[in-house]
Amino acid sequence: MENKDSHETAFPGTVHPTAGGGILVSKIDEVINWARSNSLWPLVFGTSCCAIEMMSTASSKYDWSRFGFEVARATPRQADVIIIAGTIVNKMGPVLKRLYDQMPDPKYVIAMGACATSGGPFFYNTYSVVKGADHIIPVDVYIAGCPPRPEALLHALITLQEKIRGGAGREKINIEKL
Amino acid sequence: MNNDELKLILGELIPSGTVVESSEWVTLEIPYAEGKTIARQLRFTSGLDFDYLFCLTCVDWKTHFTLVYHFSSTMHRHSLVIKIKLDHNLPEMATVSDIWRTAEFHEREVYDLFGIRFLGHPDLRRLFLTEDWVGWPLRKDYEDPVNMIKL
Repeated sequence: MENKDSHETAFPGTVHPTAGGGILVSKIDEVINWARSNSLWPLVFGTSCCAIEMMSTASSKYDWSRFGFEVARATPRQADVIIIAGTIVNKMGPVLKRLYDQMPDPKYVIAMGACATSGGPFFYNTYSVVKGADHIIPVDVYIAGCPPRPEALLHALITLQEKIRGGAGREKINIEKL
Repeated sequence: MNNDELKLILGELIPSGTVVESSEWVTLEIPYAEGKTIARQLRFTSGLDFDYLFCLTCVDWKTHFTLVYHFSSTMHRHSLVIKIKLDHNLPEMATVSDIWRTAEFHEREVYDLFGIRFLGHPDLRRLFLTEDWVGWPLRKDYEDPVNMIKL
């Protein structure tokens, strides 16, 4: 079962061959992370043109369901990942914070595009834009682009999955701090 | 009515207006003082019937402001742009919200971002920005050392 190329996506653990079958040995944390990574429900959240690319990624041509981002949820209470698709203005900041706080743990954040990463085109000479969503909530994966193509978003989602499977989720960091 | 016919009629109706170069729509620059009277004429003169104010914006030229009104007629399918220069030190204009109700929000937006006072507006207060905001962000001389990184 040891296949180096596909160990990222394969079920975690090793099989000990015994008579009449085999015994799978694994760690419960790894199994949980594996399960989590394959069913990430995004929050319906878009503040500008990146959201158009996000919708495209969700719909039939790119279809992020293939990778386990099955159902976009319209309530933060049922969402696992928030994709910050667009500019965050100062007025939106508290709303974003509240949405993030309402999401159940474990929760993940993707900053999609230049605006969510750094303020992007609105970095200079703008009175209203937050210079990067990470001033408000912690971000797991950043995507470059203005807006990023759907392929880039898919890549970010798969990167997030790898991060979760690798056990590098924020809850682990928090536990280590304790 | 096509643009040439429109220019002809407007030339007779509004002698104080000057036609300025434009591409798609007839553009007329009118003096500030006659703004309200001309607005009424545009709305109620039969044949013109500009019953739809589809855009009201403002430009800060540093020396003066320009208010830009976009009108069209749902009856005759013709459109018109009106420009009015305003004094930079005392930017005031009579409201047109009693003629076109939609101007109520448009004028609040212009007031919010440029600080143009629309005299006679029923509820002139901030629209997008917070109530306690100080200053007019879309003016060229706007400074915000806290939020703005100047380049």
